[in-house]
Amino acid sequence: MSWALFCYIHQLRNGLGVTAMRNYVSWGLYISTFVFFIGISHSGTLVSAILRISKQEWRRPITRSAELLTFVSLLFGGIMPIIDLGRPDRIANLVIFGRVQSPLMWDIISICTYFCGSTMFLFLPMIPDMALCRDRSIVTNTRFEKFKKWLYTKMALGWTGTKSQWHRLENTMNIMTIVIIPVAVSVHTVVSYIFAMTLRPGWNSTVFGPYFVAGALYSGSAGVILGMAAFRKLYHLEKYITLKHFDLMGRLVLALTLIYAYLNLNEYWIPAYKMATGEGHLLKDLFYGDYSKIFWTLQFGSVLLPIAIMSFPKGRTPLLLNITCVIIVIGAWVKRYIIVVPTLLHPFMPIQEVPNDWSHYFPNWVEFSITAGCLAGIFLVITLFAKMFPMMAVWEVEEGVQIEHDRLVAIEIRKKREAEEEAKLFDHSEVPQEAIN
Amino acid sequence: MKEENKSNRRNFLKLGLITGGTIATGALVFEKVISKNDVATSTADTIVCGPDGKVYKADPMHLKELHAPPVSMDEARLGIEGKKFVMVIDEAKCDGCKKCTEACQKMHYTESDREWIKVFKMKDAETTSPYFFPKPCFHCDNPPCTKVCPVNATFKRQDGIVLIDNTRCIGCRSCMVACPYSTRFFNWSEPSVQQSQEVAGMQYSPEQSIPRKMGTVEKCDFCPDMIRQGKLPACVSGCPMDALYFGDQNEDAVTNSSGLTVKLSHLLEDNAGYRHLEELGTEPRVYYLPPKNRKYPKPDLNHNEDEKEKGVKPMDMI
Ligand code: SF4
Ligand code: SF4
Repeated sequence: MSWALFCYIHQLRNGLGVTAMRNYVSWGLYISTFVFFIGISHSGTLVSAILRISKQEWRRPITRSAELLTFVSLLFGGIMPIIDLGRPDRIANLVIFGRVQSPLMWDIISICTYFCGSTMFLFLPMIPDMALCRDRSIVTNTRFEKFKKWLYTKMALGWTGTKSQWHRLENTMNIMTIVIIPVAVSVHTVVSYIFAMTLRPGWNSTVFGPYFVAGALYSGSAGVILGMAAFRKLYHLEKYITLKHFDLMGRLVLALTLIYAYLNLNEYWIPAYKMATGEGHLLKDLFYGDYSKIFWTLQFGSVLLPIAIMSFPKGRTPLLLNITCVIIVIGAWVKRYIIVVPTLLHPFMPIQEVPNDWSHYFPNWVEFSITAGCLAGIFLVITLFAKMFPMMAVWEVEEGVQIEHDRLVAIEIRKKREAEEEAKLFDHSEVPQEAIN
Repeated sequence: MKEENKSNRRNFLKLGLITGGTIATGALVFEKVISKNDVATSTADTIVCGPDGKVYKADPMHLKELHAPPVSMDEARLGIEGKKFVMVIDEAKCDGCKKCTEACQKMHYTESDREWIKVFKMKDAETTSPYFFPKPCFHCDNPPCTKVCPVNATFKRQDGIVLIDNTRCIGCRSCMVACPYSTRFFNWSEPSVQQSQEVAGMQYSPEQSIPRKMGTVEKCDFCPDMIRQGKLPACVSGCPMDALYFGDQNEDAVTNSSGLTVKLSHLLEDNAGYRHLEELGTEPRVYYLPPKNRKYPKPDLNHNEDEKEKGVKPMDMI
């Protein structure tokens, strides 16, 4: 990370010229990564919000990690375009001279909203857990322990677990769950708009909004599975995160991949049938030109192959599913690159007599280092978080156990009652006959 | 050689050239940067008056137009009232000599890789004839570039010109990806030492686009500072073939480098004027006249080998 920081300072001092970007490809790895990170961030909140709304009991142990992933990848996703700016020192201009007509402004607004929302979404269910930590933490004399205790106390916001507090928390959670879904959808829609609002072949497309949202969900939910598996291994949560969770999440990813595949078909098949001039050049390059190898590897490897694997119950067992998810996540990243770069290399005006490095693009070490630094940052924040806070919503799991218990008790009671009733029926088996008479 | 050049440049002396007749009015001012050596050895008989009041001899080749003192930022954003500037480019006359590009680069102190007006060799289809296609910024009336700018750093003025304020631009490059004509250039690095020396001390205005700043965008500006002085943009006056016309749509008149002023509507009507990629709806303010009855050899398409290799077809496009 310090290497990445060094690279960034190098870039700040010497300009974006130290990257491989030039006038034709003026957006490169940074913007692709931005789109990818924002995509991953959909995972969380959306997965856990949808599962919460549909009252899926099995969601309980995984919501926290999904929400955390959202929070962190959004944080770093937001940093990417700032790294990409030529004049980050003038960032205040966005406030001073901001124009709401600009798609970039829509991005900023909706990402900020989403960031606040998902922070709340992460924080709210943590309150009772914080109280729990506060009450349970043993204060030794080390500073760190003291600090932890202090932090827990602050973050618990004076939670004592009274009925009215529970009631309020539940209400707020219900509202947040509903509000966050349109916000999350809007975020990736407007991210796609920074491309779709231009006239460029390949971007000038009406399915870009849903296409990006589907891509985000597909990569995001795969990310959640990976996170889930990692925590399960690290903290030995096999008891809580079971094979059933993997199976169900696998089904979810399968469904999302199918939607994504369908949109992919729309995105490429419609222009490919018509082969209009501008689009035609781009598509030829993708189908059998410079980018064809990556393009087809992506289509088969990270869309069709996962569908095939996940269609079988065996493909939804942890090992295979995790491999599939790694493929999906990496595939989604490369796919962003394939959306951004080839289009920029196919402008309407022919590329003629320009310096050699203008007409090609491959990210160089500065871009790779900074991007890797951001990725490392994501892991760092997650690890720090896991050190400080419970990675599962303890109360939610408890509540789940309680509900399960209640359900079992209820079944027991019902069974008993049924048995009793049957017995009664048996006792008065002659009554009906009398009644007939 | 290079060393020598450098030291020569350091000795640059700023001189204003005032030809005999204009001393009285002082209206026509040229600026030139020549070295002392030039003064001593120049065989040219142009008399120039230095800022120090002394009189020098100078080679006209070394003279540069002086940028007028910049107007205020507000004026630069508003534009010139009552005007609607247009350019007409006659493909039938352009022989691809690139003098327009050179004149532009000299005027705006650009590095050689920045061609604000770039001469393309176009060929619309396999069977159609190739032609030269000089392309400045089109100063579109429905500009995709200004629409996407988050900070209003690039803007459309009332006289139709699209400019960039590089003191405000944050370098997001949205405008570059939005422009369908690859018109915009980004300052990826600091301007070269030589260039910053040449423009040192000049006051910035969006109307003259210099001094440039790292991390901001630049492009063809239609030379508004020249227009304000009643002159033609550098490319138009630099075209030896009279292929470029510039003027005011409201007056319905355009002028080329030899001073010929014609009626815009007649010019377009008689020559079947069109605009490039009309179907994109950007409403360019630059018109083209088709390459009919050319008096010069058609473009040689064969030295674009490297582009062909890349799979980028050099000539064609919509
Ligand atoms: S040609 Fe490009 S830069 Fe110029 S006004 Fe049109 S869209 Fe903007
Ligand atoms: S690069 Fe500058 S001029 Fe272009 S859109 Fe961004 S802020 Fe505006």
